Amino acid sequence: MGEQNDASSELAAGLVRAAAEGTPLAIVGGGSKSFLGRTPEGEPFHVRAHRGIVAYEPTELVITARAGTTLAEIEKVLTDSGQMLAFEPPHFGATATLGGTVASALSGPRRPYAGAARDFVLGVKMLSGEGRTLTFGGQVMKNVAGYDMSRLMVGAMGTLGVLLEISLKVLPLPAQTTTLGFPLDAAAAIEQMNAWAGKPVPLSGAYHDKDRLFVRLSGTARGVAQSVERLGGDVVENGRRWHELREHKLEHFEPGGKALWRLSVPPATPPMALPGETLIDWGGALRWLKSECQGEEIRAAVSRVGGHAMLYREGDRAGEVYHPLSGPLLKLHQRLKASFDPKGILNRGRIYSEL
Amino acid sequence: MASGAIDRNALVAEFRSFLGADSVLHDAEELKPYECDGLTAYRQTPLLVVLPETIEQVQRVLRVCAENQVPVVARGAGTGLSGGALPLADGVLLVLAKFNRILSIDTENRTARVQPGVRNLAISEAVDAYGLYYAPDPSSQIACSIGGNVAENAGGLHCLKYGLTVHNILALEVLTIDGERLTIGAQSLDAAGYDLLALLTGSEGLLAIIVEITVRLLPKPECVRLLLAAFDDVGLAGAAVGKIFAQGIIPGGLEMMDNAAIRVTDDFVQAGYPTDAAAILLCELDGTENEVVEQVGLISSLFQDCGATEVRVARDEAERQRFWAGRKAAFPAVGKISPDYYCMDGTIPRRELPRVLTRTAELSEEYGLPVVNVFHAGDGNLHPLILYDANKDGEVERVEELGAKILELCVEVGGTITGEHGVGIEKIDQMCVQFAAAELHHFHAVKSAFDKHTLLNPGKAVPTLTRCAELGGMHVHGGELPFPDLERF
Repeated sequence: MGEQNDASSELAAGLVRAAAEGTPLAIVGGGSKSFLGRTPEGEPFHVRAHRGIVAYEPTELVITARAGTTLAEIEKVLTDSGQMLAFEPPHFGATATLGGTVASALSGPRRPYAGAARDFVLGVKMLSGEGRTLTFGGQVMKNVAGYDMSRLMVGAMGTLGVLLEISLKVLPLPAQTTTLGFPLDAAAAIEQMNAWAGKPVPLSGAYHDKDRLFVRLSGTARGVAQSVERLGGDVVENGRRWHELREHKLEHFEPGGKALWRLSVPPATPPMALPGETLIDWGGALRWLKSECQGEEIRAAVSRVGGHAMLYREGDRAGEVYHPLSGPLLKLHQRLKASFDPKGILNRGRIYSEL
Repeated sequence: MASGAIDRNALVAEFRSFLGADSVLHDAEELKPYECDGLTAYRQTPLLVVLPETIEQVQRVLRVCAENQVPVVARGAGTGLSGGALPLADGVLLVLAKFNRILSIDTENRTARVQPGVRNLAISEAVDAYGLYYAPDPSSQIACSIGGNVAENAGGLHCLKYGLTVHNILALEVLTIDGERLTIGAQSLDAAGYDLLALLTGSEGLLAIIVEITVRLLPKPECVRLLLAAFDDVGLAGAAVGKIFAQGIIPGGLEMMDNAAIRVTDDFVQAGYPTDAAAILLCELDGTENEVVEQVGLISSLFQDCGATEVRVARDEAERQRFWAGRKAAFPAVGKISPDYYCMDGTIPRRELPRVLTRTAELSEEYGLPVVNVFHAGDGNLHPLILYDANKDGEVERVEELGAKILELCVEVGGTITGEHGVGIEKIDQMCVQFAAAELHHFHAVKSAFDKHTLLNPGKAVPTLTRCAELGGMHVHGGELPFPDLERF
């Protein structure tokens, strides 16, 4: 805590000034997600000084921290109390902040079974593009007063405002976690992951890499043991692989001159006939495609199955990175952007060139 | 804004031309059933009612309304408790009851595409054979519609573990006031662009009209057990809840009832509750067989350690249903002993429970109006039921005043005025307590991004700055004068 880590007035003043002068700003926290989205435009606007955990009461299952707090610090405090961020966010670097994580809506392997970053956001304090302080949501689990502006900020990549403080729901750490490995090809793995997801199995992760399916089970000791018995497979290493998957440290994520695409699809979608190599996470719902294929071809294929594709790493960041929106939807995005950031100074063009 | 000179007859004729005569209601007798929703204290006859059955018809209705600047209020099953579907005298009531089909069930991806008028429970019934269900289970699930659930972000008894509506839907097909169709969300777990799915969920019909919903389905738990623990002190019961989480367990359901609620419901359904307890906790555990057996053991001893005067585990399904029957009968039981009751919906940080209950009891005494408390203990959502008699002079006003004080108390301890029922017309004034001018300004700006001329459900959910200023006694945030944009006289 401490006043010295409260930089909200300086940040607000900075935004008021930039808005008056019409200076475009590129918001920078820990810089660990600088590779995400389109090439940042504008003067760097540093927000990391606004940091520290504001409130944490384990029995309330809620933590509130300033946006510049590192994920590492938050996770340490939670672990010490036997709790966790259940959406298992990737850090992509030691400097990763809570604000950047929420702004970019990053969720890890537990996401299909526990929920995404947006599912755990209870409230935010933020600055509008004009430097006004706004508080939405709160520190309680259920709150339907007013529109859900807090969740609107999740994944907005800082284009709607500068996050100051975020309240998150946290969950207890499971007592027992076990990982099972199965030799299966992609098509069979997708079927298997979805079959188990439709049964009362305590899944907390499921990914397919090369010819192996890995399934993580979490819960009470006896509950997990019972499921291990039912599912079969080999008990395999349980910690490092999930960390490496989350942090893109597995061999699959080594670029090798190809672009990395993030394909978000309905989980039971059969393997997609796109050139390149695919690692399947989120029980089938997330496909990490390493490919030299044209963006149009990838987007068309993903649209056909009801999903969306994002260029994640190693591609042309001056072009469109996120899946294009329909005309009316883009216009709606522009109107929403204008309502929070009338001068259009915040992270201009980071999601879409028109935004 | 709508002019005073809406030609009602011309509108009726125009709607009839593409909806048919039976789907446009306009005489007093036909309009009567639509004059209120679940919040019956507020009534208003709509200008007219339309009952379209295709998306194209809804588009045309909206276009006609937009052209003529006629406000539109959407209505599902009309079970809402905050007056969100209260009609407007100069507005069209758009009833989506005919949109009652389940369009498809995808067992592999565990989703269902449904029309907004489908009843909540009907979804779980339709997918039961596949071992799946739709998790959010508001108490009105037998009657309430899924479209209304999305509009209000409905919760239920199991939302601590399984989430609210916002956590259990993937995509919406919506129509803007101009009749433009938009797909919000996707069939995948996330979608490109801003999280408009979250923004629309709980937007109380102010941003768009929902015409289709893709819901996520979950596997039915293999085993379910229910524990009942009695405490002679409400604070002890509250503390026990925190200790359950500390054990690493998130129960499927976790409900608390105070002594008044225990006695009232036990008289009504003979649930077999310990009627002398200050509070009881109902704790439902679900999961695989072994997991549940283990958790039942852990939590039974935890309750003992927390000072429970009695701990029971429902022996079989019949007893489990009987234990639940009391909690589920809380509202009708109160309805039996009191001519009228008023249901509140504040959410508080759980640690504040003893303080809030004590203060509520004091207020109850002060106003001479009994209050019965049922509480979604896991997520801090409190439903105080204020007992009164609407036929007694001035009692309605006293109830509203007491209710407002309870909600303000919720805000004061760091909570919110509504956990799951919505603001609607009922809590519109308390929004002025919860939010400052800057936030309200942005709510209006978001509304304007969707609905420039404020035609969708105007006057609900978000108060105008003028209304808040007129109420007086607004909260001053950080020493700033509230509503600086407004003139003062």
